[in-house]
Amino acid sequence: MSIKRTGNQLGGKAAIVGIGATEFSKESGRSEMSLASEAVAAAIADAGLAPSDVDGMVTYSSDNNPEVEIARHLGIGSLRHFSRVHYGGGAACGTVALAAMAVATGVADVVVCYRAFNERSGRRFGAGIQDIPNAATAERAQFSWTTPFGQLTPASWVAMVARRYMHLYGATSQDFGRVAVAGRRHAATNPAAWFYNQPITLEEHQASRWIVDPLHLLDCCQESDGGQALVITSAERARDLPNTPALIVATAQGAGEEQWTMTSFFRDDIAQLPEMKVVADELWTSSGLTPADIQTAILYDHFTPYVLMQLEEFGFCGRGEAKDFIQDGALEMGGKLPINTHGGQLGEAYIHGMNGIAEAVRQVRGTSVNQVDSVKNVLVTAGTGVPTSGLILGVDR
Amino acid sequence: MSTTAADIIVDITPQEKESFYARLQAFVGLEIGEPVVAPDEVNAAMIRHLVETVGDDNPIYTNTELAATSIHGGIVAPPTMLQAWVMMGFKGTKLTGESPYEKMNQLLFSRGFTSVLGTNSEQTYERYLRLGDRLTLRTTIDSISNEKSTGLGTGHFVGTRQDYYDADKQLVGSMLFRIFRFKPAAKAPVSKPRPVRPRPATTHDNQWWFDALNEGVLYAQGCGQCQQVRFPTGPMCPSCHSLKWTKVDMPLSGSIHSFVVAHYPQVPSFDYPLPILLVDLDPVDAPGGDKIRMVMNSADTDLESLVIGARVRIDIRSTDPDMKLPFAIVETQPSNGASA
Repeated sequence: MSIKRTGNQLGGKAAIVGIGATEFSKESGRSEMSLASEAVAAAIADAGLAPSDVDGMVTYSSDNNPEVEIARHLGIGSLRHFSRVHYGGGAACGTVALAAMAVATGVADVVVCYRAFNERSGRRFGAGIQDIPNAATAERAQFSWTTPFGQLTPASWVAMVARRYMHLYGATSQDFGRVAVAGRRHAATNPAAWFYNQPITLEEHQASRWIVDPLHLLDCCQESDGGQALVITSAERARDLPNTPALIVATAQGAGEEQWTMTSFFRDDIAQLPEMKVVADELWTSSGLTPADIQTAILYDHFTPYVLMQLEEFGFCGRGEAKDFIQDGALEMGGKLPINTHGGQLGEAYIHGMNGIAEAVRQVRGTSVNQVDSVKNVLVTAGTGVPTSGLILGVDR
Repeated sequence: MSTTAADIIVDITPQEKESFYARLQAFVGLEIGEPVVAPDEVNAAMIRHLVETVGDDNPIYTNTELAATSIHGGIVAPPTMLQAWVMMGFKGTKLTGESPYEKMNQLLFSRGFTSVLGTNSEQTYERYLRLGDRLTLRTTIDSISNEKSTGLGTGHFVGTRQDYYDADKQLVGSMLFRIFRFKPAAKAPVSKPRPVRPRPATTHDNQWWFDALNEGVLYAQGCGQCQQVRFPTGPMCPSCHSLKWTKVDMPLSGSIHSFVVAHYPQVPSFDYPLPILLVDLDPVDAPGGDKIRMVMNSADTDLESLVIGARVRIDIRSTDPDMKLPFAIVETQPSNGASA
């Protein structure tokens, strides 16, 4: 690029000061707006703030809860900033980036980021696009190269990349299974997790039915009902609030070359996540940190193969070496990089990555049910296979 | 929730069934209710409407002069109109719940035989009806079968005999009318025709490609200016930004770049397990012509033959009358007889 880069200056300017969630279930029995309102109210209360302190709201595509309606229900009053980030789960950390930008520039003082949905009891995300009507738009037509062939679901899109990755690097279904085993082990000790007290073995992973070969059922995250919200304000103000601030050390969004939404099948090498490489480079460069500075990570786990690929994009290991990196419980508590200590989306709930950001906040606060020792920096990533985003949250220094 | 026939338990003991039969048979021979007097005399207008509708131009039904010279000595009504003269019209018959016929139905309903199907009727004529005849209908319950099972469900055939009398109380005609009062069988899965495959969402930028496919041709897109080949289709050449483009014939052969086998969720348009392949097409001689990749299904290929790198030939086939798609057929490895 010919533009002279001045560098991402956002790090350290803002912090996550409040987190709030609803119960995670398979059938909430109430509206998505009810979930959103409860999660946002809980996050504001957790921050030690009042609804009237909030002047910004950020969510991301696929959310059905308008910012202003939540503001009405909570009595937030007027808003100075509201925005949405595109690309579904890939936007989870992007909402925090936008919120941080808003508070760092004085556009807003207190911003709530949220996600709430009934994507199990309502429209199931696992259904992919099979029930989304055709429209003569580029957004819809991008799926036309796969839909007539029955490649309609997230699992079917991810599986195409996973097969190629296995072919190139010798990773096996058992290697994918180790990600699921780690997530379920952590969920087993997390009372908020749907799979609380339900760890799995690698054998159970292998025995689970095919969804889309090479993906077994237990390679796929859950579909969940629930809501999660986060409160972001300036680092300065955060120091006056009751909770230990989770400093937003670095933020990044990333789209790669030849980027598609879930179907980047036409780039030279499909067994990579160049969009996550963009995120990784930005996070490391702007923070000055390296993988060695990360004590625990929340790696987006809607499908297990992409966790291996993310480890490679962030440089925790070399290309194709994740299958070796993850041996011997490396991703589990006590391992060299415990990931998804809340259970991840495989074990806790699939709230499109927002619940993972909340877990990263708990790790920084020291309040996780699976607390990692001496946490200074936590890496968080958002949805893979789509334009994505990432964060490093850290202890305020 | 209202009670449906399916909710009512029909399984009863043989003794209970015999008792039920006896109660039903008590209705046989009873008139279903009061006699019905025809609202209109036999008249020329109604006759004309009927024969015009059915296309019967026999003058005996409509032509006064000619009919007068016939053996009838005047216009007569088509015999098959017998029932029409006493029909009650749209308002139907007022129900009291007290008539023998209604009581018989209540008994049948009580055991879940709530559905009805007319099965057959037979008419007998004693004489032609003439203009001015006014009919009276007396209907008798003629027969009630024991329980029968049919493809529709289990129930009872109920026959009624309708006797039509003229003003002199002379029988002019009769009709035996049979219905089947039944409890519908549990709905068998209806074998519906397979829905067509999901259609591509099309725009100006991709419609032509699917149209060409439906003509049996597999194209990539070429830049109209710099000849760079691209796929999937798009409005602009990423190399030179030209909006001009051409169609580039692609070879119907290639190799498997990756593949999946979908098992779940199952969409009725497809057979499962469903192989979906990402195919590297063999190159064409143009810049970018060696990088064309397409998603397609396989055909005539065992799942075991699907391996990355396998050679495929591509056949364009109809999936339904309005859609053609490319299918990859894995070329079986030529067997090497001289195995080491």
